[in-house]
Amino acid sequence: MSPPLDNAGHGDIDGIPLDAIDVSDPKIYQDDVWYPYFARLRREAPVHYCRQSLYGPYWSVTKYKDIMQVEVNHQVYSSASELGGIAVEDQPKDMDRPSFIRMDPPRHDEQRMVVSPVVAPGNLANMEGVIRERTAKVLDGLPRGETFDWVDRVSIELTTMMLATLFDYPWEDRRQLTYWSDVAIANVRAPDAPVHSEEEKFAELTKMAEALGKLFNERAQQPPKFDLLSMLAHGEATRNMPFREFMGTLSLLIVGGNDTTRNSMTGGLMALNEHPGEYRKLRDDPSLIAGMVSEIIRYVTPVIHMRRTAKEASEIGGKEIKKGDKVVMWYVSGNRDPEAIEEPDRFIIDRPRPRQHLSFGFGIHRCVGNRLAELQLRILWEEIMQRYPVVEVVGPAKRVYSNFIHGIRSLPVRIPA
Amino acid sequence: MAKITYIEHGGREHQVEVPLGLSVMRGAVDNNIPGIDADCGGECACATCHVYVDAAWLSVTGLPEPGSQEASMLSFAALAEPNSRLSCQIKVTEALDGLVVRLPEGQH
Repeated sequence: MSPPLDNAGHGDIDGIPLDAIDVSDPKIYQDDVWYPYFARLRREAPVHYCRQSLYGPYWSVTKYKDIMQVEVNHQVYSSASELGGIAVEDQPKDMDRPSFIRMDPPRHDEQRMVVSPVVAPGNLANMEGVIRERTAKVLDGLPRGETFDWVDRVSIELTTMMLATLFDYPWEDRRQLTYWSDVAIANVRAPDAPVHSEEEKFAELTKMAEALGKLFNERAQQPPKFDLLSMLAHGEATRNMPFREFMGTLSLLIVGGNDTTRNSMTGGLMALNEHPGEYRKLRDDPSLIAGMVSEIIRYVTPVIHMRRTAKEASEIGGKEIKKGDKVVMWYVSGNRDPEAIEEPDRFIIDRPRPRQHLSFGFGIHRCVGNRLAELQLRILWEEIMQRYPVVEVVGPAKRVYSNFIHGIRSLPVRIPA
Repeated sequence: MAKITYIEHGGREHQVEVPLGLSVMRGAVDNNIPGIDADCGGECACATCHVYVDAAWLSVTGLPEPGSQEASMLSFAALAEPNSRLSCQIKVTEALDGLVVRLPEGQH
């Protein structure tokens, strides 16, 4: 294994030969220096082949419309675990953990339909009250006039509570879910990762599957309830999953229901601090919150990329893709494509058509929890604005070493006394 | 122009004139009718412009082909019914003058 190309943090990106650009290097996301790489690719090689990376050769699709073309063509661009799955880095063959995000139809469809009712509009209306109550309580408990970590006190706390509710998981143990989420997305090469080898990750996720498996088995014996474990335990397509598929499915639901919203909760506050004019606009007119939520999700782009594998020869943006090629859709780039989004590098809370962004993906794998995520963020900002006209970011964010999840580990903030 | 009536989930009706050739989704979005989100902007790549076609109009609008992208996206819309369509896939023609569509409780 060769070390990742160290092309991060060096100002002269235009000096790098085009075919040496490797946007799979997690360092460029940890250092938050990915913008100019993609600006150059969109300009000079919107569908770009990287011959050599830590994860082998892969295609980068960087423009909004080309990404959309890949998204809707699941017949050609497969998500199947057997072909490598959905991240530029394959899961090790003997430790792969299938789940419906790593499947094609028809099994994908059957399994997705088991869990989707929990995040469908009818149930969201039922959850709004409890989400608001908890959000208010968390916000009321924040210190004034002293520095604290927004990620730990707000973003993790709120999303973990949501997750515990969705799983009907023992309340006092709920941070365990956060830990497993962090393990599931960990890049084992990062010094600050919770696990340091694929074996260790597999072992921790096995513990997760055992703990949740106990609850799953109990619920299989009880009448169906409206929580994810009960739904999986009673679902025709999910009640008899092999152990590794059970592991994969739980990881998917925990990460999907947690990490992405967590990072949008943090990223939104950062964006407002970086754009004081927009923060002022929000204070003057809190009715802008609904649209701002979509803009936050675009601007933050919590999932950096999704990968597909070509099942047959095809063409994207004039480039010939061969059967078996890895095709990576860089959502961070499509969401900053000026051909699709006006002034894409600006955070504009009252942008027209704010919902047209790639952060949830499109096509059959589109984020199943998208409306729940929006609901949580909307309530968060409604409750923040009722209490705190300003939450100041007082130091730099620590970002996660990952090319997949756009994670923020900590963010020091202060609420004026 | 064709006259199209959109009925929100709560019962509020919006009757608007939509230029021929546009989609039923576009007609709603251009007239700021609440209840159609249209996240993908008309690419048949999400299911957030979901509508129920009034029974009397089903023979004109038709239903999505089984196995089509529209059918596949609709199968994930939690509130889909046999008369469900994605309104971005219904093109406004003279034959649709008078069309009535109802909007679901939420788009997902």
